[in-house]
Amino acid sequence: MSPVSGVFVWVDQFGGKALPAAWEAIGVGRGVADSLGVPLTALVFGQASNALAQQAIQYGADRALTCEDATLADYRLEPYAALLNKLVADHTPNVVLAGATSRGRELLAAAAADANAGLLPDVTELRAENGALIATHPVYAGKVLSTLSGAAGETQFATLRTRAFPLPAMNPARTGEITNVPPVLSADQITTRVESFEPAKNEVSLGDARIIVSGGRGVGGAEGFKPIRELADVLGAAVGASRATVDAGWIPYASQVGQTGRTVSPDLYIAVGISGAIQHQAGMRSAKVIVAINKDPDAPIFKLAQYGIVGDLFKVLPALTQAFREKLGK
Amino acid sequence: MNVVVVTKNTPDTAARVEVNASGAVTWGDAQLVINPWDEYSVTEAVLLKEVHKVKTTVLTVGADMHIDALKQGLAIGIDEAVRVWEAGFEGQDSLAYATVLAAAIRKIGAGGDPVGLVIFGRELIDTVSDAHIFQVARKLGWTAFGSVSKIQAIDFNAKTIRVERMLEEGKQVVSGTLPCVISVLKEINDPRYPSFINIRKASKATIPLWTAADIGLDPKAVAGSAAKVKTTAYHNLAARAGSVQLIEGANETEKAQKLVARLIEEKIL
Repeated sequence: MSPVSGVFVWVDQFGGKALPAAWEAIGVGRGVADSLGVPLTALVFGQASNALAQQAIQYGADRALTCEDATLADYRLEPYAALLNKLVADHTPNVVLAGATSRGRELLAAAAADANAGLLPDVTELRAENGALIATHPVYAGKVLSTLSGAAGETQFATLRTRAFPLPAMNPARTGEITNVPPVLSADQITTRVESFEPAKNEVSLGDARIIVSGGRGVGGAEGFKPIRELADVLGAAVGASRATVDAGWIPYASQVGQTGRTVSPDLYIAVGISGAIQHQAGMRSAKVIVAINKDPDAPIFKLAQYGIVGDLFKVLPALTQAFREKLGK
Repeated sequence: MNVVVVTKNTPDTAARVEVNASGAVTWGDAQLVINPWDEYSVTEAVLLKEVHKVKTTVLTVGADMHIDALKQGLAIGIDEAVRVWEAGFEGQDSLAYATVLAAAIRKIGAGGDPVGLVIFGRELIDTVSDAHIFQVARKLGWTAFGSVSKIQAIDFNAKTIRVERMLEEGKQVVSGTLPCVISVLKEINDPRYPSFINIRKASKATIPLWTAADIGLDPKAVAGSAAKVKTTAYHNLAARAGSVQLIEGANETEKAQKLVARLIEEKIL
């Protein structure tokens, strides 16, 4: 195949199901491709890649390159990076994008290093200007923003912060060419092996969640998360937690939001019994709407929140759960 | 065998960080601390040293303000510290930073104790990026395991490792060969803090400073001015619109009902 220019988007998936961040990246890629006047190609590796490639096209890709091979069934950095590196070398795209999920961040960083190319990491805004990518990237624990500029005329990589960009509309009528490519590494060239996997207990992952209900020291103990989970269930929300509650052993670390936990950007973040220390804010300040429930009217969380209830969370939470259940008809 | 841990200083997590009138990032008189995620990587290296009798080295690529991060590493129990820096490195992107780190790790390994493992904290809180971790691995030709919550087994003689990783979807156990690069999460250990005596001892340590030429690099190739990605400006966050609207009511039930009505009215739900 002769080298063509274009925009590549790597589609992150787990067990044959794409992450919402992958479609957000297709949406951003569509805009960048249109502004550069080049085609948008989705890259899908691993399980169910043909079906996912069809979906990528329906979300806005012009075509797709797929590789479904036993060596790619589980994501591993070596075979994925080798394949992405080869596709980049063969096609010399202008831009390579992916959602800034754990896999997307490490894969694009690795492939950018292989290509000796620039990477704009974890961006919240992105556009192309005279062939160069210009992006906004939060720095210093999200306390300030930086403007990054890539190098025009060579391949530029960028990862897109999860939920910072809208999900594009799906058009089932869209069609495009899907081309299968061979893997680069054979099984005996790969030194890593996935031994086992234990799925997370939370049904809704923090990174993808549209709504998060999060508990802090105010919940008082492990059993204090029960009314939080009940509210989260009614809302189809993920459960989050402050560092203090994780350190106290009330809830597993996987739920920690903040400086040494996860950074999240839901549409709605309900902070329950969370004072709102600056380290917690680092993980949730980009939520679109913040609701604070706290018995202390002077808690710093009220400075960040749009809506607040001052009161006893053990009375407020069941009342909220009940009110949402009635209004949402659940 | 050598275990290398990479760190640097960042403004204290409670610091108020702002962009001043001349466009520079400032944090007032807030103190510098080691990158918070690196409390766990430094501790993990010390734990490995105690069990496996490996040599440990703490490495930073950074100006004078990062020397204290190295001294903290020594005070916690790391054997040796190395700093790499020269004027012109300011403004490096992740690729240039990783290129310097990889060259320094190669030189550390050439000193008699080959490097078996490089440990990073999950990300740097100043650049809010983990890209350099995976780029170091690629530059060294080693594999990388991100978000490690536990080293289940490591054998520096047989050159094997098995780790637990915390993915968005759950817990994965994965095995591979050494040398490799890992990034660690808070769950991996309880961080150790230095004693007063060890801080005093470490404060007297003389830490070697390597330049680009010392690690076999062309300084121009890894200069900030040659970076593929440039930071052109910093901005303060836009203030959140308006102040909090406290929902009033006779009791919690009434407040909850009003809040729910409000969220639906504003189409937040």
